[in-house]
Amino acid sequence: MSEALIGGIVVFVLATYLGASLIGRVPSTLHTPLMSGANAVSGITIVGALLVAGAGFGWLSSALGFVATVFAMMNVVGGYAVTDRMLQMFRKSEKPVEGNK
Amino acid sequence: MITPWLERLLYLVAAVLFIIGIKRLQSPETARGGNQLSAVGMLLAILVTLSSRAIVSYGTIAAGLVVGSALGLWMAKSVKMTSMPQMVALLNGFGGGASLLVAMVEFLHLRDTGLKATLDVAITTQFGVFIGAVTLTGSIIAFLKLQEMLSGRPITFPAQKTVNALLFLAILVLGAWIVIVPGVPVAAFLALVALALVLGVMLVIPIGGADMPVVISLLNSYSGIAAAMTGFVIRNEVLIISGALVGSSGIILSQIMCKAMNRSLANVLFGAFGATVASSAKSSAGLTVNTTSVEDAAVQLAYAQLVIVVPGYGLAVAQAQHQVRELMELIEKQGGVVKFAIHPVAGRMPGHMNVLLAEANIPYDKLFDMDDINGDFERADVALVIGANDVVNPAARSDPGSPIYGMPILNADHAKRIIVLKRGMSAGFAGIENELFYDSKTQMLFGDAKGSLTKLVAEIKQV
Repeated sequence: MSEALIGGIVVFVLATYLGASLIGRVPSTLHTPLMSGANAVSGITIVGALLVAGAGFGWLSSALGFVATVFAMMNVVGGYAVTDRMLQMFRKSEKPVEGNK
Repeated sequence: MITPWLERLLYLVAAVLFIIGIKRLQSPETARGGNQLSAVGMLLAILVTLSSRAIVSYGTIAAGLVVGSALGLWMAKSVKMTSMPQMVALLNGFGGGASLLVAMVEFLHLRDTGLKATLDVAITTQFGVFIGAVTLTGSIIAFLKLQEMLSGRPITFPAQKTVNALLFLAILVLGAWIVIVPGVPVAAFLALVALALVLGVMLVIPIGGADMPVVISLLNSYSGIAAAMTGFVIRNEVLIISGALVGSSGIILSQIMCKAMNRSLANVLFGAFGATVASSAKSSAGLTVNTTSVEDAAVQLAYAQLVIVVPGYGLAVAQAQHQVRELMELIEKQGGVVKFAIHPVAGRMPGHMNVLLAEANIPYDKLFDMDDINGDFERADVALVIGANDVVNPAARSDPGSPIYGMPILNADHAKRIIVLKRGMSAGFAGIENELFYDSKTQMLFGDAKGSLTKLVAEIKQV
């Protein structure tokens, strides 16, 4: 086990807890945009895709890297754009709604 | 060219932007800005990567960026809101597929150059390949099911679980072999990829219909974990952080969905729900339903002080959201209050119904969660049930023999009067009779939801 792996595991566990505490507070009315937005964040794998596509490892790696870049970029752009499209539809009442209790 | 320490720092800034972006999703007012902030973080991460000295050629990258962005944008612009679950499923698959390819290239490169992968890189690569492949094919199957290009019903065959267990075991053995023994043939690695792709298919085909929201949430989580694994492989913390965030998001949403259906995650994944026949659903023999006319229903709605609308997926299928909004505005004009009661599984994915209603310009502060509105039904003059069935079935509370017993439901039956818009007397998705329809307080208005609502709106205008 290397230092890097242990460091990575620490970061992973802490970020998981952070994510859980943040997402637990997202109201259910926003769960669909949350999913598509989170989806876009998981497109961060684009970083890896760019690195393998441009590393000059040979034609096979470049080809696979190209496909990976396309996939990740669809994930990123599609995810953010569709989330934005949904969120702009959410609007409040002009008059405040009568309180329920 | 930027120095490695600056590179790491900027990646950290990107990760913080993702975190702030998710935090801003805690209120609809700040959500849009949060999402844009998150997108800025992603742009930053991409720019930092492009300036990395590891990149020697830009041709392939430029082509990939352009093609991917164009396709992504086109999908985002053209998708219908009712098709959002398919879209998310597909995007999950792309994320998983990208992670799979990155891990594959890294592995093959290390092998070709004769560099011996350190143990941890070898292990995390196998993990990354495995979870990326499962996410890719699992998501494609989920997409095909939601798009109805494949049967939405669970697909089962004898010894399914045994086959899956053997597949999993084979993957485990191959993975261990590749990690432990140096110079394993490439074929072993490719076999692992192929088996993981097959496993992704096998895990999703036995899950059907009402359980799809759980599957989408779970695949969302997998795509995050796949990205995190890629982070381990290429030693980049921003991938680990972002992947972990998405991983926990998907898990939490899966749990919320399971709770709303009173099922355990294990039961959803391995139970093949729709395949079992309801054992003791009550028979409707000897019971009568009260039908009502458009005129009568219109009068009741027009003079009601509190109307609670219970929308089900049937509403979205009929594309009647706009008619509901018109109805809402008319009742409000008459001095009544209209609220919407949203069951967590009302749509085809978590929060789906809220998006569909928002699209029809229904303000989000009129939409209430089950827990927030269930106490209000007693005060409601009319509960208007549109295209919903199982989520208002009192059998979930009272009949231990019912397949949906224990599932939390909306208390529509507590309202002073219940008007149900329904096409006919067919049973709900779970194939169970609904006692609510035979309640003496209930009046059925048969017909297509959109048609009935249009007539109701016209009638109330004359009241």
